[in-house]
This record gives sequence, C-alpha cells and structure tokens, in this order.
Amino acid sequence: MKYMLLFMSPMVDGEVVDNGCSFEDWIRYDREMKDAGVWVSGHPLQDLTTCTTVQVSPDGERTITDGPFAETRELLGGYDVIDVPDLDAALEWAARSPGATGPGSVQVRPIAEIDVQV
Amino acid sequence: MPGERAAVGSSVEAVFREERGRLLASLVRRFGDLDLAEEVASEAIEAALTHWPTDGVPSRPGAWLLTTARRRAVDRLRRDRVLATRLAVLRAEAERADHAPPADADRDLPDDRLALFFTCAHPALAGQDRGALTLRFLAGLTTAEVARAFLVPPATMAQRLVRAKRKIRDARIPFRVPSDDELPGRLPTVLQAVYSIFTEGYAASSGPNLQRIDLAEEAIRLGRILRRLLPAEREVAGLLGLMLLVHARRDARTGPDGAMILLDEQDRGRWDRPMIEEGRGLVVVALTGRAPGAYGVQAAIAALHDEAADVASTDWPQVVALYDVLLALVPSPVVALNRAAAVAMRDGPEAGLALLDELADDPRLRGHHPYPAARADLLRRLGRYAEAATAYRDALALVGTEPERAYLLSQLRSVTTE
Repeated sequence: MKYMLLFMSPMVDGEVVDNGCSFEDWIRYDREMKDAGVWVSGHPLQDLTTCTTVQVSPDGERTITDGPFAETRELLGGYDVIDVPDLDAALEWAARSPGATGPGSVQVRPIAEIDVQV
Repeated sequence: MPGERAAVGSSVEAVFREERGRLLASLVRRFGDLDLAEEVASEAIEAALTHWPTDGVPSRPGAWLLTTARRRAVDRLRRDRVLATRLAVLRAEAERADHAPPADADRDLPDDRLALFFTCAHPALAGQDRGALTLRFLAGLTTAEVARAFLVPPATMAQRLVRAKRKIRDARIPFRVPSDDELPGRLPTVLQAVYSIFTEGYAASSGPNLQRIDLAEEAIRLGRILRRLLPAEREVAGLLGLMLLVHARRDARTGPDGAMILLDEQDRGRWDRPMIEEGRGLVVVALTGRAPGAYGVQAAIAALHDEAADVASTDWPQVVALYDVLLALVPSPVVALNRAAAVAMRDGPEAGLALLDELADDPRLRGHHPYPAARADLLRRLGRYAEAATAYRDALALVGTEPERAYLLSQLRSVTTE
C-alpha cells in the first residue's frame, strides 16, 4: 500500500521555521528508504520565494499571484511516496524522517488507488 | 412454544455476546475486513436463531458460529469478485508485515482478540472513537447501546463508527499485536479506551444517574480479557485493580433515591469485600518490580481508601505520597486537585485550600466542576460560608448529572442558612 509522507514546516510572519536538520540528515533518510526497498518517488521542493499561486474564477479569468496564500501557516517542504504493508509501517518511516523533528511534522496520507478501465 | 423459543433466544444471545468479540477477531484475522466480519457474524447468529431452537444448542457454540460465519464469508467472496480481489491484495500485503503468533493458540477457538484491541484503540484513530470501537467490537454492544454508553444520538454514533471503520480500512490500520519493543508505546491507548468506558460508567458525564453499573461492568469484563491476554503487563493489572477497587463501592455510592453519597459518608459495610480483595492482589502485581505506572499508583490509592475503616483512620500521609508519585508520572491539574484534597485531610483544610488556589488560573481546569466543588468544601470546613456559597454556585453552573446537582444544592443550602 502506498502512502505519501508530506513534510510540513510551520510558518511565522511569512518565514519558515527551520527545524535544524541538515542536508546530510535527508540524504541518510533517503538512503534508508531506498535500501529498505520502500521508496517509490519523492522530491524536496524549492523555497517559498519561488512559489506562484494560480486561481481560475468561475468566468475563466486567471489570477496569478506571487507566493502562497497569505494566511498559509504551514509550508510543504517536500514529499516522499513509500510502499509499505500498513499504516504502522508508514508511521514508522514518518517518525524516522528528519522532517518529524523540532517544529516540523509529517502528514501521512494513503494514496487513493483509482482503477481507470481503458 | 413462545416461552421456549424466548429461552433459547436469550441463551443464544448470551452465547453470542460472550463469543462475539472472539468470533469477530477470528474473522478479521482470516478475511482482513471489519465490515465483512461484522456482516457474516450477524448472519451466523441469525442462522443460530433459526437452527438452535429445533436442533439444540451445539456443544461448542463458538466453533459452530465461526464455521457458519466463515462459510458465509466464502460465499460472499465467490459472489463479489471486487471484494475478493481487494481482500486478496490485502492478505498478500499483510503477509509482508511481521505477524506475531496468535495468543492462546492451543484453545479450540484461537483467541485473536488482542490484535483487535490494538486495532480499535490505534493512536491514528480519534480518541473518542477508540472507546466506542472497543465497546462495539470487543464487548459486543450494538451501535445503539454504544450510543447510549457515550450519551450521543444513535445516528451520530453510527456515523462515527462508519467513519472510524473507513479509516481502518482505507488507511490500512493493521490488525496485529505490536512487537515487544512497540508495546510500551501502543498499550496506553488500549488501556485508556477501556478506562474511558469505565469512567463513563462510574461517573456519568450527564443524565439522571450518577453511575451506570452495566457500563462499568463491561469495562471490567474487557479489563479481565486484557489481563488474561497480557499477563506480564503490570499496567493491565493496575487498570483492572483500579476498576475493581472503585467499583467495589458501587452500592454505597448512591442512596435509595439515587442521591450521591461521598466517601466520608458511605456505609463501608456495603462495600464488596471479595472485589476489594481481588483488587488488592492486583495492586501488588502492579507495584512489584520496576517503577510503577499511573494505573498501578491510582489503584494503590483506591486500595488505601478501601482498606480504611473510616475517613479519619485513612492513611492520608500515604495517600499524599502516592499522589506525589502520580503527579510526577501524570503532570495533570486534575491529579494536583485530588492531591490537594488529600493534603487537606492530612494537614487541614487551610493547607489544601492554599494548594487549590495555586491551580486557580490553570486553563485545563476551566469548566471542570470538581475544582469549584472541592474549594467550596474546604471553605465550608473553614467556616467561610459566603465564599463557599459562591464556589458551590460555580460548581452548580458546570455539573452534568442530577444526583451531583442535588448534592451541591443541599450543600449550598447548608452554607447559606448557617
């Protein structure tokens, strides 16, 4: 069963609160998932200054704004998709991630498998 | 004859109630799906109601029910390919996970209930749903009965159970006993689910009755099952001991009219001595060995009350010492409140009141009626009647059950007429 681990960081006054984990911590975590054969896909995301928000109104007009919604209180910093037997295993991988420490948290979401018959 | 039919019917219900948790657990283990397990379990009981009045109750009713339910499930899977495929995938994946062997494997019906306890009280489920699922699937209560237990409308409870079951299925909360190194992290929510059922029975949060004996007894029954399944876990012994030592006072806690009687006025001759003895034995188990857990310490406090001939001869220094231990384990203002009441018994109401006043600004006690009630009691004992009356009124504004309301009203009258 596939789960997406979403690595969230809190935002205060438009700034991401850093949880202090290093690049090496993430590399090590990435290596552990791949060695265990559970890693499916995943990416870190670039920081907020690169973010653009797109919205389409009911009459089809596009609004393009710099940054996320102003009231965003949590930022998605990256994600991994893992394939493990059950929620306990997914929660275990989430807890081992550098993103779960300090002010950070990890949301664990089962992937919806939708069979599309072609 | 209708009478005979009713007699067989009620014995079927008694058997089913006893076997339902075991039956469901075995079916969930076999098929990996709570809904399917529930449906075929219900079909099996219906079949029993049809066959047993004419064929007689079989010698091993549990095994009969399990065999019947399994056949129904296999029939269902033959008819429903989508369900069968889904369950096949599920089982294949479950085999990738480590499985602990079923406890108690040498019995005629293997006991898979421990795994079901851990599924129903999984930390990924909402706290309020864990007790409800445990009552539904392990105590065998109907959805309507579970709704009554937690004082919510049946439709609300049905929705909550559907939602919780959906999460178990779709997020794939596993059906397995945690490994030894996971157990310390996983046992607390199981114990909490059982204890939440007990406290709702012991001190109903609202309604006409102070206590609901049947619910407390369900919790004790669940506690006994857990104790058999996890004999080495001292906190399980502590929880069961605590429930027994508190429940032993049930007959003395309410008067003939349902009025609340506090510990200091209870007729201790009406306490259940055999139950107290059983509880005390469990306290010894719970406190022997490494540092004790919170349930064991609470059980020890309950035992000190149960052993005393009256309030005056209660070993209050020891009660306070145990509250100190408990407060270190569970730094909660509710524990601090109980400790303050014990200090008031050891050192006098003035000392207790000083401790209560330190808790005055704790937001976690806001809306908690025992806090103003405890203050009112100490103020009354100090002869500060005007302040006591104010505190009784604060407590009355927050209290949920009728007997507690009546008690507080009578106390309020006593301080306003003096």
